[in-house]
Amino acid sequence: MGEWMTVTDPHLSSESKNICQYTSETKMSPSSLYSQQVLCSSIPLSKNVHSFFSAFCTEENIEQSISYLDQELTTFGFPSLYEESKGKDTKRELNIVAVLNCMNELLVLQRKNLLAQENVETQNLKLGSDMDHLQNCYAKLKEQLETCRREMIGLQERDRQLQCKNRNLHQLLKNEKDEVQKLQNIIASRATQYNHDMKRKEREYNKLKERLHQLVMNKKDKKIAMEVLNYVGRADGKRGSWRTGKTEARNEDEMYKILLNDYEYRQKQILMENAELKKVLQQMKKEMISLLSPQKQKPRERADDSTGTVISDAEEDAGELSRESLWDLSCETVREQLTNSIRKQWRILKSHVEKLDNQVSKVHLEGFNDEDVISRQDHEQETEKLELEIQQCKEMIKTQQQLLQQQLATACDDDTTSLLRDCYLLEEKERLKEEWSLFKEQKKNFEKERRSFTEAAIRLGLERKAFEEERASWLKQQFLNMTTFDHQNSENMKLFSAFSGTSDRDSLTVHSRPRQKKPHGVSNGSLVCASKLTKSLPASPSTSDFCQTRSCASEHSSISVLNITPEETKPNQVGGEVTSQKWSTAPGSQEGCYSGCSLTHTNSHVEKDDLP
Amino acid sequence: MNFSEVFKLSSLLCKFSPDGKYLASCVRYRLVIRDVNTLQVLQLYTCLDQIQHAEWSADSRFILCAMYKRGLVQVWSLEQPEWHCRIDEGSAGLAASCWSPDGRHILNTTEFHLRITVWSLCTKSVSYIKYPKACQQGISFTRDGRYLALAERRDCKDHVSVFVCSDWQLLRHFDTETQDLAGIEWAPNGCVLAVWDTCLEYKVLLYSLDGRLLSAYCAYEWSLGVKSVAWSPSSQFLAVGSYDGKVRILNHVTWKMITEFGHPATVTNPKIVVYKEAEKNPRLALGRLAFPPPRAAAGAASSTESKYEIASAPVSLQTLKPIADRANPKVGIGALAFSPDNYFLATRNDSVPNAVWIWDIQKLKLFVVLEQLSPVRSFQWDPQQPRLAICTGGSKVYLWSPAGCVSVQVPGEGDFQVLSLCWHFSGDSLALLSKDHFCLCFLETEERVGTAFGRPGDHT
Repeated sequence: MGEWMTVTDPHLSSESKNICQYTSETKMSPSSLYSQQVLCSSIPLSKNVHSFFSAFCTEENIEQSISYLDQELTTFGFPSLYEESKGKDTKRELNIVAVLNCMNELLVLQRKNLLAQENVETQNLKLGSDMDHLQNCYAKLKEQLETCRREMIGLQERDRQLQCKNRNLHQLLKNEKDEVQKLQNIIASRATQYNHDMKRKEREYNKLKERLHQLVMNKKDKKIAMEVLNYVGRADGKRGSWRTGKTEARNEDEMYKILLNDYEYRQKQILMENAELKKVLQQMKKEMISLLSPQKQKPRERADDSTGTVISDAEEDAGELSRESLWDLSCETVREQLTNSIRKQWRILKSHVEKLDNQVSKVHLEGFNDEDVISRQDHEQETEKLELEIQQCKEMIKTQQQLLQQQLATACDDDTTSLLRDCYLLEEKERLKEEWSLFKEQKKNFEKERRSFTEAAIRLGLERKAFEEERASWLKQQFLNMTTFDHQNSENMKLFSAFSGTSDRDSLTVHSRPRQKKPHGVSNGSLVCASKLTKSLPASPSTSDFCQTRSCASEHSSISVLNITPEETKPNQVGGEVTSQKWSTAPGSQEGCYSGCSLTHTNSHVEKDDLP
Repeated sequence: MNFSEVFKLSSLLCKFSPDGKYLASCVRYRLVIRDVNTLQVLQLYTCLDQIQHAEWSADSRFILCAMYKRGLVQVWSLEQPEWHCRIDEGSAGLAASCWSPDGRHILNTTEFHLRITVWSLCTKSVSYIKYPKACQQGISFTRDGRYLALAERRDCKDHVSVFVCSDWQLLRHFDTETQDLAGIEWAPNGCVLAVWDTCLEYKVLLYSLDGRLLSAYCAYEWSLGVKSVAWSPSSQFLAVGSYDGKVRILNHVTWKMITEFGHPATVTNPKIVVYKEAEKNPRLALGRLAFPPPRAAAGAASSTESKYEIASAPVSLQTLKPIADRANPKVGIGALAFSPDNYFLATRNDSVPNAVWIWDIQKLKLFVVLEQLSPVRSFQWDPQQPRLAICTGGSKVYLWSPAGCVSVQVPGEGDFQVLSLCWHFSGDSLALLSKDHFCLCFLETEERVGTAFGRPGDHT
């Protein structure tokens, strides 16, 4: 605080002094002079307090001092120091109580003031530090501003430079462009000049050649000759013929004949190719019709806007099919009709395939998800159950142990009873031991079962997934298979049209053949599964039930696969749901069956794989 | 694979007769006729000067020997050794000589391409054809020998004349839309004539036998254009190799491009087999350090054995940086050839001189790349089956077939540098030519004897 005092403005302190002076001057007191003296003295006030008080009141001026103080205090609103005067003449008595009260109040005031002062001082300090901080901030910001300004100027400068450069580059580019233009012009002019010169030179050269020709050939050069022992016969054995107009005509004829032959050959090739393509087209059409017609019955009820056209098209096609022979005559007349109908059918087919694809993927996804979730839930439930059981067993064992121990303890306590019970105890011990081992075994069994169950669940999930996938692919395959054609004839035209790459259709058909057998295998497998289950667990009707539903579902799916109609794939989904429900509701004691089922399932899978 | 002994040769003149019975080889001014099977000398003809060109007539009965320096052509008969014929072109000089397909006429081109003289061996008649054009490939006979197409230059314009070979009558004469015609070639079916422009301009024109322009093809402008052209044996495709390092395949129906084969220096597709020739490490370690070293080891470094290795997927081939300021830069497709069964196309990009690309024409895809240790000099397909023989000027001959490829060292003393090769038409043997020797290479043929002679009709 002292430091701060020193820091404060000297002007301020002088002002306060002035105020002090002023206040003291206003006081009408006998010691005013004195006090003035005191106030004006350069001696610090605090040091002078004692002397001041000692000087203020002396033996002589007690009365005056008291009256003065009284006056002062009353002006400040304190109660008077004197007792209430009864009369005017009577000398007023000093009221000690009042004095003390006043003193106390003054002291309180003083303390309050000191406190206030302190507060003010701390506030001042705070404000001062705040100001310092703000000043610092200000300085910093100023600095920042400065740097920013500088930076900005730098950037502006750079921008300017870049712009300058850009302008220069633009100029350069323009110059280059001009240059290029100029060079191009030069090249063009030179090329023309060169061509011109070349032509001139060639003409000269030709002239020279001509001249040389004349010189060399017209000299009757004896050297130019052929010596031959005897003339040989012509390769074809014929004699040479005279050149006449006839030969010329004959040559022409021959030439045209050759050309004609070539064109005929090509036309034949093209016709062959065309015929092949037509065949393919027809077959495709037939396939399409046959593919789309079974579907027709159901869409008819659905009354889609597209089905109407399908039906009409199909009917049209049926009419057209009878006119097949017309196609061979000329494609021109039927072409448009044909292409249009094919295009339409193709569109329908495409949409159908897309729909199927979507469905397959959806089924796949859903099936996968559902199954996954259910199996996991199941699995968790089972494990929980098993754990609970284990826990129960453990508790039981514990209580039994406790009981045993208690019994032992009691036996120790009094020998008589122990003696009496000894035989019992031994017996019980034996029994407990047995029980203990039994429990252990049970526990082990439970553990084993749990493990096998988890494995089975996992395997089943995988299998289900694989099956679903296979089914999807099979569906697709089946569909594709329906649209493949006999491709052997097209081999003939391979040489002629090398554009047509070798297709994989043959391999497709090869693939699809074993796949057709698959549903059979599936149902077999599931049947085996069912029978096995019933054998292994005759006492559980629910499991066999379940297995039957399962096989039923698979049969369902195979049926639906064969017919490929969206309506009939739905039962499959339903069947799938049924099975899944069974899965979840099957009691926990049938884990063995589960694993067995999945095992047979894998077996059937293996068989399937072995088929191709 | 067996090799014959080495015979002398000059000017790389060694030819199988078209019927496959004889082998003609020239040693300076002597012409030696051998039997192909026994290699016994059947006839020996002595010419007036060093032979510069020799050619069998189509019926294998005559053989002409041209001595360009002297302006002389001598013709010999195989059946009548005493028969002789001498054609002197006199002061007009001789620049080229060839048989007409009937084997009874000889076409001599005089110096400066003043004219072509057609000499007949049957009659006294002599025909002249004026204005032949001096170009890369200005004469083309159809495969059946009926017609001759000849490039001509008149009044600073290119023309093509089609003659009937039987009586040398002009059948068609038409001007071509070329700046400076560089070559002409008949399609194997003899109905379409491919005409291509000089390398300064990419232009391929297709004319019908009757002179109609069927189509014109131009892949790009301003850059150097066509470098090589080849018809597929079925006349179905026209492969055009150009200076941009690409081969473009045109089809015979629309004459438009079907596909283009680029020849990048790196092969990234892992499906493409890249055979890389690698030197076998000469095993000097143990007992081979004999003194004096055996003669085989004493030969040049190129005589070390080599083998093919299959390189893994991204293979970068050795490229040659072309010298820009020289004429005839080593870029572009310098050579291309279809296999006789149309299934493959072999190409060489001159900027990647060590490699031969083999394309599958059925799939229109790159099939195999062979990278040799030294630049490929020439390659030729077996006339009977898809089998390619390659030589690089070293002492080895390389054979490729779809089954694989082999590198075969030519045995013999010293270094036998194979500069050129030619197949016997049966595909049983292969003549390997070096600077002054040749030898025959016999390939195992037991299983192919039947097929080799099974379809001679393909070659008429």
